[in-house]
Amino acid sequence: MRQRLIAALGIVGLAATGLTACGDDSGSGSASGGSGEKVTIGIKYDQPGIGLKEGANYTGMDVDVAKYVAKELGYGDITFKEAPSAQRETLLANGQVKMIFASYSITDARKEKVSFAGPYLTAGQDLLVKADNTDITGPDSLNGKKLCSVTGSTSAQKVKDKFADTVQLQNYDTYSKCVEALGTGSIDALTTDNTILAGYASQEANKGKFKVVGKTFSTERYGVGLKKGDTETCTKVNDALKKMVDSGEWQKAFDKNLGASGLKLDPATNPPKTFDACA
Amino acid sequence: MSGTVLFDAPGPRAKRLYFGVGVVAVVAILLVLWFVLDRLNEKGQLTAAKWKPFLTGEIWTQYILPGLAGTLIAAAISVVLAMVVGVLLGVGRLSSQAWVRWPCGVLVEFFRAVPVLLMMLFTYALYAKYELFPPERYALAAVVTGLTLYNGSVVAELVRSGVHSLPKGQSEAAMAIGLTSGKSMRLVLLPQAITAMLPAIVGQLVVILKDTALGYIITYEELLRKAEQIGNYKSNLVPAFIVIGAIFIIINYLLTVVAQRVESLMRRRGRSAGGPLTADPVDQSTVAVVGQDTNN
Amino acid sequence: MDVISEFFSEYDGLQAFRTTIYLTLLSALLALVIGTVVAVMRVSPIRVLQLIGTAYVNIIRNTPLTLVIVFCNLGLFVQLGLALANKDSHTFINDNNFRLAVLGLSVYHASFVAEAIRSGVNTVPLGQAEAARAIGLPFLKTLRYVVLPQAFRGAIAPLGNVLIALTKNSTVASVIGVTEASAVMKVMMENRPDVIFVVFGIFALGFVILTLPVGVLFTSLSKRLAVKR
Repeated sequence: MRQRLIAALGIVGLAATGLTACGDDSGSGSASGGSGEKVTIGIKYDQPGIGLKEGANYTGMDVDVAKYVAKELGYGDITFKEAPSAQRETLLANGQVKMIFASYSITDARKEKVSFAGPYLTAGQDLLVKADNTDITGPDSLNGKKLCSVTGSTSAQKVKDKFADTVQLQNYDTYSKCVEALGTGSIDALTTDNTILAGYASQEANKGKFKVVGKTFSTERYGVGLKKGDTETCTKVNDALKKMVDSGEWQKAFDKNLGASGLKLDPATNPPKTFDACA
Repeated sequence: MSGTVLFDAPGPRAKRLYFGVGVVAVVAILLVLWFVLDRLNEKGQLTAAKWKPFLTGEIWTQYILPGLAGTLIAAAISVVLAMVVGVLLGVGRLSSQAWVRWPCGVLVEFFRAVPVLLMMLFTYALYAKYELFPPERYALAAVVTGLTLYNGSVVAELVRSGVHSLPKGQSEAAMAIGLTSGKSMRLVLLPQAITAMLPAIVGQLVVILKDTALGYIITYEELLRKAEQIGNYKSNLVPAFIVIGAIFIIINYLLTVVAQRVESLMRRRGRSAGGPLTADPVDQSTVAVVGQDTNN
Repeated sequence: MDVISEFFSEYDGLQAFRTTIYLTLLSALLALVIGTVVAVMRVSPIRVLQLIGTAYVNIIRNTPLTLVIVFCNLGLFVQLGLALANKDSHTFINDNNFRLAVLGLSVYHASFVAEAIRSGVNTVPLGQAEAARAIGLPFLKTLRYVVLPQAFRGAIAPLGNVLIALTKNSTVASVIGVTEASAVMKVMMENRPDVIFVVFGIFALGFVILTLPVGVLFTSLSKRLAVKR
């Protein structure tokens, strides 16, 4: 009987080790090797022009700013990790990432849970519609329409509360599902920051399909998310950002990542001249 | 009763009828398929640009294989832990001591009643709050915990029904040669019960493997999340989901086949050894029914 | 314990559980219908139907439910344009997502229902079908009057398991934006990380209350309705 038990457990064990053997550590990619301390930075994986995973590489404005800042802070080895909107606070609070560059707007509510450096870019909420759409001209023309956004972001709820109380909201967990639905006309508009929308509109497969309405109705100041109370890092990040703007690297990064989409940012606030005090 | 005895061998008229119905069914299926493909084509989902990426090495090395690894690792750890937890809880529930039996019973019933997703969401928040694991492992730990607790309770029930299905003579004989109840469980009852459960346990593997997909919701990097990432990169979300779905179906189908092989192997062995396991085919089937759990 | 009052007032947790219950009941009914049809196909004399039934079970049962539900929204609705609600309605998106979730849950669990009924058919003694044929009943009538009524009674225990699994699996509907219990729990946990034990306790208790009686009921039913042989 004992032999049978051993045989039985053996088969299960074998099956298990066989499975594990196929696996290796995965989940996050190393952007640059070299010496220096390691740091894990949260970015978006699904926002063209802002933060996008492209095979083994990461591209976008957030990514370039993150790389510059990390280098200035003395980190040599950056590991990028996906930071979905709904989880940014958790990721910072439990130390899964040191910093977050993920189109992360500075708000008072968020300041209660995390600290911010920056802002490093000022965007505004806007709408993305099909290129041939003429009846959606701004948030107040959305009554009776179907508006898409992602779970955990408040942008769609804001439209419903402030501009169009009969708009219907579809929530997905990612913008790409919204873009897919917008492409087939299942929803009428997608709302989030104009930078993100411009990124989608200028993606290779979507060229000519969508347009950004171009009437922003909010001010989104992208900050660098840090663990609550980490003023030391905050000060260093602000110094690095200032250096990036002064040296012209900021403009270069913007032109490279978002310039092609024809996006016009508010020149009064972009590139940033002043940074919030670290507290 | 196998399906073939539900009807007579068809005569000429029945043959024609069956043939007609068969043709109608095939035509209906083809029509649905044509409709789906036509619509997908109309929406531009069948273009080469959307499907070609799956022929490149990059998509496999950067997305699909790491995703597969994530799925398999979570499943493998969960299987081993669920076995341990399941045997402990199952034996505990059979204990002669009420203070062991009751808590084990409550735990088993609780973990069977609470959705796996709820347990994952909770343990993810819990590990994050008390920093119980290295930060990059929270999602994996939460997936494994949820799967272990639920499937452990299922295995516990399998152990219990396995032991109950043994002929009474087994424990009586163990007692007669002077074994304590603990020893008779360990040396006589449990080995037979686990052998009898084996097909059901392998079947449970499919459940665990599929359930790892719930990790998608707490950002665990498994196949489904990778499909999403492929979709963002190549703007081909729908094809990516189709490919990943096919991978899941193939792996799970292979596991099901393995489970059936193991079962027939066990049956044959049991018979040749004249063992008690096949003595009562009814009990065998109840074991199989419990094991055929239907969770996602 | 202000979080408990928050559950009732601010988050409308009862409404979320009501959605869970509706999802479960509607999907259970539809899954029973689809599952019975698939089971009948699998035991039918027509080879093509047998193959279709087998393919259905093997494909659906081996696909993760999360994927099935995402497909119902992104595939059926967004790509194929199959809407399950009135497109001009003010609540179109919510209605449509709810119904798509019901469809996904039904299609998925129907494969398990079909297997449960097939196992029920296996409990019916050979002589029953032979007797039915002997008195001249054709295949469908043999099934309807003789085999299936006994098969259902023999399949009650596994069908109860499917219903319990379905209740728990309805939580997956949250991925396409249906506000059921798990979606509300997630939001509550994000907003109140200080009391996650209480929040989890409330929702876990809710599911225990929903599933335990079902288990007890089906166990007693399966004993009471068992065909005496």
